[in-house]
Amino acid sequence: MKVKPIYIFLTLSVMGLLFALANTPKISAYEMLEEQSQSSNDDYNMMMDVLTHQRCMNCHPSDNIPKQGDDSHPHYFGMARGKDDHGFEATNCNTCHQSENNLNSGVPGAPHWALAPASMAWEGLTRQKIAERLLDKNTNGNRSHEELVEHMTEDDLVLWAWEPGIRANGEQRTLPPVSKEDFKKAVENWFANGAVIPSK
Amino acid sequence: MKISLTVNGELKTVDIADENTPLLWVVRDTLDLKGTKFGCGKAACGACTLHVDGEAVRSCSYPVKFAKGKEVTTIEGLGDKENPHPVQQAWIEEIVPQCGYCQPGFMMATAALLNKVPKLTDEDIDKNIINVCRCGTYYRMRKAIHKAANLQLEKENNESKEL
Repeated sequence: MKVKPIYIFLTLSVMGLLFALANTPKISAYEMLEEQSQSSNDDYNMMMDVLTHQRCMNCHPSDNIPKQGDDSHPHYFGMARGKDDHGFEATNCNTCHQSENNLNSGVPGAPHWALAPASMAWEGLTRQKIAERLLDKNTNGNRSHEELVEHMTEDDLVLWAWEPGIRANGEQRTLPPVSKEDFKKAVENWFANGAVIPSK
Repeated sequence: MKISLTVNGELKTVDIADENTPLLWVVRDTLDLKGTKFGCGKAACGACTLHVDGEAVRSCSYPVKFAKGKEVTTIEGLGDKENPHPVQQAWIEEIVPQCGYCQPGFMMATAALLNKVPKLTDEDIDKNIINVCRCGTYYRMRKAIHKAANLQLEKENNESKEL
């Protein structure tokens, strides 16, 4: 008996269709990549809202001059980075800044008060560039992701941003736009999700 | 609360109600050393500069609790009429002060600088001596600072020859 080619074609088509249906994943089996990416972006944006705030940025200058205040004006009296990020030989950060805020004079202070090293200059950079420098061991103090998380969520000088004390006139210094707890979570989540830098 | 510190070579114990009291007030009011001056009260002008363990600090913004167990030197301990510190000698020879109010702070800052940078340049002075003088004696101070550097080097050379 001779089988017409059309029947062979139809049989193969039906078998192929059944095979395809059997191997198609159910909707529930998909990973929600878009959702996860959006969540990671939220963590990134929340983290960057803090890193680009003047409480952080004032001590990450690109011109070796520390900044002061919400308007990020150059530090008064010509203070600058010096050789070791602590100012000059006899007049340095600790001439005025101690290990805690001074509520009498309004001079801010925290442990190891100093400028971030020149390699960690962020001032004037885009968020994407800042994130790239943050992750690059050549510009982050040779820190691994784990060490970065620890630095950003536990270091006294970093966390000073949420306890910046008062100005000489008694007014509270401006706080970052994100709470300390939310910032810590955002940092931990962003790194846990691979520290992906959004392209836009 | 009792806090012990060494001031101009003498061990002092002060009874203080608030450990955050500025060292300036302890030095002036409790220990009656009036050479260190109050200027701005916010570590800006430098009139209150003294040394803690050899480092220049602005004592109006330095809680006394941080001076516990440390060596504090004020302008009174830098030298005296019989044995002036090179900085004091240079200040006298160059007739630096006008009203004089800010000068102790400048002299303490200069002494700290000379300990770190014995052979200093104008740039070293510009970077490190950033106190404020409302009489504008900066020009005479610059001359005195250079003279003090030379006097200190001479003094050290003479002392090494005697050894």
